[in-house]
Amino acid sequence: MKVQMDWEAFPDERGYFGRFGGRFVAETLMPAVIRLEEEAREALADPDFMDAYRGMLRNWVGRPTPLSHAPRLSEAWGAEVWLKREDLAHTGAHKINNALGQALLARRMGAKSVVAETGAGQHGVATAAACARVGIPCRVYMGAVDVERQAPNVRRMELLGAEVVPVTHGDATLRAAIDEALRHWVTDPQSTFYCLGSVVGPHPYPWLVREFQKVLGQEAREQIQELAGGLPDVVVACVGGGSNAMGLFHPFLDTDVEILGIEPGGRGMGLGDHAATVARGTPGILHGALTLLLQDPHGQVVETHSVSAGLDYSGVGPEHAFLAEVGRAIYETVTDEEAMDALAELCRLEGILPAVESAHAFAGARRYARSNPGARIVIGCSGRGDKDLPILQAWEAR
Amino acid sequence: MNSPARALSHAIRHPKVPGRPALMPYLMAGLHGLDGFAERLLEVSDVADAIELGVPFSDPTADGPVIQAAARRALEQGVTLSWILQTLRGLPRAPGCPIVLMSYANPLHAYGYERLLAEAEACHIAGFILPDIPWEESGEFRDLARDHGLAVISLVTPVTPPERLRMLTADPEGGFAYAVTVTGITGGSMDARQVNGYLDRVRGVSRVPVCAGFGIRTAEHVRNLTGHADGAIVGSALIEAVDSGLSEKEFLRDLREKYLPQPPQSTNSVR
Repeated sequence: MKVQMDWEAFPDERGYFGRFGGRFVAETLMPAVIRLEEEAREALADPDFMDAYRGMLRNWVGRPTPLSHAPRLSEAWGAEVWLKREDLAHTGAHKINNALGQALLARRMGAKSVVAETGAGQHGVATAAACARVGIPCRVYMGAVDVERQAPNVRRMELLGAEVVPVTHGDATLRAAIDEALRHWVTDPQSTFYCLGSVVGPHPYPWLVREFQKVLGQEAREQIQELAGGLPDVVVACVGGGSNAMGLFHPFLDTDVEILGIEPGGRGMGLGDHAATVARGTPGILHGALTLLLQDPHGQVVETHSVSAGLDYSGVGPEHAFLAEVGRAIYETVTDEEAMDALAELCRLEGILPAVESAHAFAGARRYARSNPGARIVIGCSGRGDKDLPILQAWEAR
Repeated sequence: MNSPARALSHAIRHPKVPGRPALMPYLMAGLHGLDGFAERLLEVSDVADAIELGVPFSDPTADGPVIQAAARRALEQGVTLSWILQTLRGLPRAPGCPIVLMSYANPLHAYGYERLLAEAEACHIAGFILPDIPWEESGEFRDLARDHGLAVISLVTPVTPPERLRMLTADPEGGFAYAVTVTGITGGSMDARQVNGYLDRVRGVSRVPVCAGFGIRTAEHVRNLTGHADGAIVGSALIEAVDSGLSEKEFLRDLREKYLPQPPQSTNSVR
């Protein structure tokens, strides 16, 4: 039943997870991505670098984050529900694990500046904070639509010293922000470090970001065994690009634990109404990788919709496409409505306001609990929802 | 010897106006309307030495604002790769110069590499410029192209290390080497004198002619390339000129005539 593979063998030396991944970038960026891969491999194998990183995760980020039992949610769902509390990490989401790792790598590589993209603003805030901490100037590209719907995060980035550049063209969301960050990087590949926020993009990013996010699943695996005496039946996380999901999933790949990724079903399953890339996408090449994409029959990438800015993306990390293809992980969708309903339930029953992104994982987990009574479920609570007040207000007023 | 790839190299080494860089305009397919595009293309082909024909894409990450906007406009008018190929196949006469298709990977991937390369020659396509398929990812496409005698153009840049530069320009069936003159995206403005050393370096190792592109805007830019590049690719400046009322043909003639009065510089790289 369970797929057995040597999961550590992926990506291969060309950056592929099965047939997905690779390195589809402009020639101008090739020396930069090749150097990044070499330097990253060296750094991650260097005990001094990793000690410094882990030390800052502990003393600056606040790791390990708790694995909280959710007693009232458990009762309501008829299941045993545990929450991996990335909402309690510094800057309010899992994004800081990766941003800090890459900022330290940028400093080690002698970068003069850091550029990043952001959707919901969580990666932007995390990058701004990490760059402030390591002392490198930072510029963040953010879609104009997202600048508006995640306004609190824009102000936070600015306070942390980042220059926020709204992107008005294209779909004016995460995809356009990545386009623009890539354009910035290509103008100065030698002294700019591109701090990519998800397990997407050209090799080595899907691997590098996963390695920095794996701490999430490693902690959860230890904590659940200590607190509940065994592994869970399932781990559940939301998937946009898929960094918190990959961080949570990867340390469970070699177990019998079921793996469930939840994608944004938006307002319906028509093309353009959702961002359910694994569920509805087809293979294609975007932002440096061959992966699953939401595209038209002519290979044009289509606009997506999700109430959640952080999941509103037409691509997905190549390793997720791979896990889906080999059957190791299942990907399901929940609608905007179901996610917002789950968000309200978590507030009411557990006193936790999750990010709208994370709320998708809760809605998916609730559905799982209904068909698997009594199951032990670990949910990635990837971020907190303070940033979402404008979205919540708009949702109520709709 | 007479593969489309070789014919492309020949056309660049033997431009319509001898002693000056070959002129290669970049046209965004269907930008100024689907009707009349075939005529426009043929007209330009009589002036140009080769044409870089752009396939619009939703996420043109190597392009600046002008070509981004052009891609968006072309897509809004319904331009697809299928339509482009159909138009090229149905041209009323053979174009006056080779055509090179410039496309991001995904539209080609969606169409199917095998099908595209089987149809290309009948569409007067001599080669491909693939801005987001670097050498390491191009194996499958390159093998198929070779079977049909078509060129996969290597892009090289000011930051390409010497060993890699040698590797990228070693294939005599490569059509030409596209020497990106700026570290960045299309639509800037290059400092011609600064790039000449770089172009000389590329030309020193390349087994195919070298065309300079990105940031070439004026007759003076083209003039300054004489003796340093075999060809000049003009994209954003041409689109801007057409938007301001010139025809492509007029703009190209201007580029050419304005630099004609200058005597050719002596050059030691005779080809």
